[in-house]
Amino acid sequence: MESKNLNEIDEQLLSEVSNLENITKGAYNIRKNGKGVERQVTENVNIVTKKDVSGIDIYVKENTKFEFIHIPVIITESGLKDLVYNDFHIGKNANVIIIAGCGIHNDHHKDAEHDGIHRFYLEEGAKVRYIEKHYGEGNGDGKRILNPVTEVYLKAGSSLEMESTQIKGVSSTIRETKGVLEKDTNFVVTEKIMTDGKQYAKTIFDVQLNGENSSTHVTSRSVATGDSKQEFISKIYGNEKCFAHSECDAIIKDNAIVTAVPEITANNVEANLIHEAAIGKIAGEQLIKLMTLGLSEKQAEEEIINGFLR
Amino acid sequence: MILELENICFERDNKKILNNINLQIDLGKFIAITGPNGSGKSTLVKMIMGIEKPDSGKIIFDGKDITNMEINERAKLGISFGFQQPVKFKGITVYDLLKISANKKITKKEACEALAKVGLCAKEYVDREVNGSLSGGELKRIEIATVALRQTKLTIFDEPEAGIDLWSFNNLIDVFQTMSEITKGTTIIISHQEKILEIADEIILMKSGKIKEIGTSEEILNKEIKNKGCCQKRECKI
Repeated sequence: MESKNLNEIDEQLLSEVSNLENITKGAYNIRKNGKGVERQVTENVNIVTKKDVSGIDIYVKENTKFEFIHIPVIITESGLKDLVYNDFHIGKNANVIIIAGCGIHNDHHKDAEHDGIHRFYLEEGAKVRYIEKHYGEGNGDGKRILNPVTEVYLKAGSSLEMESTQIKGVSSTIRETKGVLEKDTNFVVTEKIMTDGKQYAKTIFDVQLNGENSSTHVTSRSVATGDSKQEFISKIYGNEKCFAHSECDAIIKDNAIVTAVPEITANNVEANLIHEAAIGKIAGEQLIKLMTLGLSEKQAEEEIINGFLR
Repeated sequence: MILELENICFERDNKKILNNINLQIDLGKFIAITGPNGSGKSTLVKMIMGIEKPDSGKIIFDGKDITNMEINERAKLGISFGFQQPVKFKGITVYDLLKISANKKITKKEACEALAKVGLCAKEYVDREVNGSLSGGELKRIEIATVALRQTKLTIFDEPEAGIDLWSFNNLIDVFQTMSEITKGTTIIISHQEKILEIADEIILMKSGKIKEIGTSEEILNKEIKNKGCCQKRECKI
């Protein structure tokens, strides 16, 4: 995309967290260094700037089918702490794909931080696929900090599928995801995280299964290398006849530390809740198999990690 | 000669797993290794691939001393290895694994052809992850497909019948035969299956870490195995 508000670094960041070519095909709002710089609305998707706090309201008309909405954020200013509230109001039976990434480029010694609070209000029968990608780059020693909060409120018959990815360059992140589910709803979360150096990542899931036949699947796959530290906390409450499955799977290398605390609480005899957690190094037999196919140990390790985080 | 083992010894927990093995194998031969459990068969073939390293002795492959080479270096020289227990992965698909095996860009169609050769209805499998959702027999066939695709000078299979039913296994025997015909290379296969032993050019009989006897299938089957009834003679007709 061409814009006088965006330079080369901005476009590079945008391409890391979004599909640049696709952005302009639907509604979008690009936020740079704490301010909205580009916006486009469509017949079915309206974006309105909030008056009380920094952020936007995104309104999707009922019965909207298969529209893309891009809400990328880029930060290139060292020392900036950006707090934004984005609320998504999804009308009845609408079906949309929302892409909301954040990229930070920090070449200096001051910290750059983005705290995005995303709230999703899905009306009856609405369906959303929400893709969130976090990325950091730059040569400065200032930290690149991202603390996203995602709240999901699902009305009867609605569903939300969330994919979050943080593979590179984020110094510190605390990710909080909360779901409140009514009758016949489904909330699927897939998280992929990779940390290295002295990076820190914490994930907290809190899902309340309040409606009959509500269900959730929470999957976290992570790789921790170097001296990095990760924490995975998942709390799922089955308050009705419902189903939940949470799975935390981590590969650990070098001196990294990973803590997984999956917690499930059944407050109803019909609640069916499962949790799994596994942490371990790359299995030696996997490395050997790929080496028998001609890959070096390093190449084999890369293939295993790439597949694991795909 | 494609492979030569000289005075190979391997000891663990004060037990001689391999006790001074000397062996010479010619190019293009189909060799079966058989013998009772614990006789050192698997350890021997793992030595050839580099998965285990000998305490002493020398391994010569295609004129090169490979004794101290890493697994991947041996793979590049032209050795392939089919595992007794196929390895499972998380996230790596059948197509990914076949691409790595082929060591070149292959299309999904080519990957499907490789799967069809081992009796898998390819379209159902090519995009699946190589994980526990596949049955033991399916994993075994995928394992064989990854090895077959490499078309190397030496192909080793560590007890390919393990974990697969006899009906399915009989259908795979053709795969082993065809593979050695196509590659014109050498196949070494650990097996207790009479049908495999029958088609072998040579059988190596191992016992207590030593090679007890080497001979044609006729010689060995008549002399050692049939008399002692230690070979599975179950026939299956489909």
